[in-house]
Amino acid sequence: MPVRTVLSTNIEYISILDEHGAFDAKLGKDLISDEDVVKLYEHMIVCRRFDEIAFKLQRSGRMGTYPENRGQEAASLGAVYALRKDDWLVPCYRENPGLFWRGLPMEYILLHWMGDERGNQIPDGLYMTPQAIPIGTQMLHAVGLAWAGKYRGEDRIACTFFGDGATSEGDCHEALNFAANLDLPVVFVCQNNGWAISVPAKIQCSAPTIAQRGLAYGMECVQCDGNDIFAMVKVVRDAAELARRSHRPTFIEAVTYRLGDHTTADDARRYRDSAEVEMWKKRDPLIRLRKYLVDRNQWDNEKEQILQADAKEQVAAAVKRAEEIAAPSTTDMFDFLYAQLPDQLRIQRATLRTASLGQDPSQLEGGIEASRQQGIEETVSEPGLP
Amino acid sequence: MSTTRLIEFRDALREGMSEEMRRDPSVFLMGEEVAQYQGAYKVSRGMLQEFGPQRVIDTPISESGFAGLGIGAAMMGLRPIIEFMSWSFSLVAADQILNNAPKMLYMSGGQFKVPIVYRGNNGAGGQLGSTHSWSVESMYANVPGLKIAIPFDPYDAKGLIKTAIRDDNPVFFLESERLLSVKGDVPEAEYLIPLGQATVRRTGSDCTIVSFGRPLYFCMEAAETLASDGIDCEVIDGRTIRPLDIETIVRSVCKTNCCVVVDQSWPFASIAAEVAAQVHERCFDDLDHHVVRVHSDDVPPAYAYNLEQEMLPNARKICEAVRTVTYNA
Repeated sequence: MPVRTVLSTNIEYISILDEHGAFDAKLGKDLISDEDVVKLYEHMIVCRRFDEIAFKLQRSGRMGTYPENRGQEAASLGAVYALRKDDWLVPCYRENPGLFWRGLPMEYILLHWMGDERGNQIPDGLYMTPQAIPIGTQMLHAVGLAWAGKYRGEDRIACTFFGDGATSEGDCHEALNFAANLDLPVVFVCQNNGWAISVPAKIQCSAPTIAQRGLAYGMECVQCDGNDIFAMVKVVRDAAELARRSHRPTFIEAVTYRLGDHTTADDARRYRDSAEVEMWKKRDPLIRLRKYLVDRNQWDNEKEQILQADAKEQVAAAVKRAEEIAAPSTTDMFDFLYAQLPDQLRIQRATLRTASLGQDPSQLEGGIEASRQQGIEETVSEPGLP
Repeated sequence: MSTTRLIEFRDALREGMSEEMRRDPSVFLMGEEVAQYQGAYKVSRGMLQEFGPQRVIDTPISESGFAGLGIGAAMMGLRPIIEFMSWSFSLVAADQILNNAPKMLYMSGGQFKVPIVYRGNNGAGGQLGSTHSWSVESMYANVPGLKIAIPFDPYDAKGLIKTAIRDDNPVFFLESERLLSVKGDVPEAEYLIPLGQATVRRTGSDCTIVSFGRPLYFCMEAAETLASDGIDCEVIDGRTIRPLDIETIVRSVCKTNCCVVVDQSWPFASIAAEVAAQVHERCFDDLDHHVVRVHSDDVPPAYAYNLEQEMLPNARKICEAVRTVTYNA
């Protein structure tokens, strides 16, 4: 039998606005209106400011842990910008710019990292799931949301975000396989930021690209400059269109870099070469976008100063709102565990005694029946920030 | 008067699922071999033909995959029934079924309900070897946010699965491969059995025996043997482990003053340990003897027939336990 090639392929790398500010006018034509480029730039500056302040809040003991988004603003922002407002966003924890663009108030993210579950009570109509902290599990939820949308005959799609490290998890591979096999409208956006805490991307994947993981499951895949908002908008828009039109998933590897530590509990200086960090600082998505705007006379120092002051104000206001929210009531921990409060928890909620002592219904005035009749409305707090 | 038919456990399960799928278009069934092959154990026989491939879906061998997909679909308001061919295989999906499904509502502050049923065969007894013979109830019941039902007969299988599907929380539905061919009377007319309501399988005055699922058959066998020795046992079927109907158990123990709990999982940190602890808390002054637990032996389920039967919480062990607590040893 002759040897024959059964598959040969190539993976494209898309870059439109490079780190030097050079713009591919052909690829970038009509991608984002001039007006919106300004808005996106302004949004990225606000998000950068948010990061700085969140970091300081943690250092001054006002927040538990915080994962900086610094350097990766273009990736999630470009993706969310390219999607429809009712497409599902299924994030992990480095997508603040995209989530804020969709409309999540900044105090929600602050509240979450301050250790308050209510930061994950996503307001209605935003079509996003809570930040997923386990690695890669949310990708399957995105597949399920897409499946449910298709089942109901809706034309909304799901877009999920994850890091290079998540692509080593089994859930990632099962999600890709399901999405491809069941023809589901999912856009998988891998933010390859080079590092999974201290583990470099080359330990996650020996192949030349992470993008080709999608290829193995029979889906479209593409690599792009994740620090280039134009490239992000283009690849996600193409992927979203394919998903909506043909129910086919796409795997996008957005090559970016985590300029900060993994979280505030980490110190990347201990394992990263500073020369690498310095090189990536030059590829900062904000620098090139500002240059793009300045080159087109759409931006100047005065505007920048006004924006910086405004960003400072916006973030300070969000911090104020977050810190003004009173701590949750002790009984809140029993709420939302089940759709209806079970009897044993109802009793324990009333007694606040250890389970072994606090579950005997004789402790309840009027007994369990009376307690039940008070109804769930009275005993369980309503969702939503106060 | 409603008429009944004598049908198999697997057919009762299918009737329950099919009725709910006819009633509610948001219900669907997904799992390995549930469609074309009609179910690895023929539980879903005919369902593909009735409901079509959009609602009865064959999956790759990818438990975490369909366990997690179901969560996403449930978050959007669908009501997935996810079949594990065996609960033994759910172990690879632990992060989804334990760390995501039961916590999603909680972690989203009440935003995302996960009305999902995970179901399949649980427990040893069919010479499936130790990796395929898991009894997961004790391990999984430790996790808050989920419910666990464990049906005893065809009547309960149908009544409980229907309620589980309508429940707004994740329900783990533990069937037994050893019971799928058991026949029982099932009404023609619709009925539901609430989760958290135990039932008395046999009334008696000398000793309360509490169990769940398949070991109840060992309990009934033991009760017959003991009856011929003049020991009159009351056998309580808990039906659901979460929520646990401790009130029914307490009422019985207050009457009999003795309690044996029979549990097919391992002894350490088990369902029976929990039931025993609660009985001690609630019935300390009524007990004539401390509660005795009967478990599978603390070894992996054996492959050899005789060893496997011996490791189970069988009638011999139950009889010994009851004789001990009633001072008839």
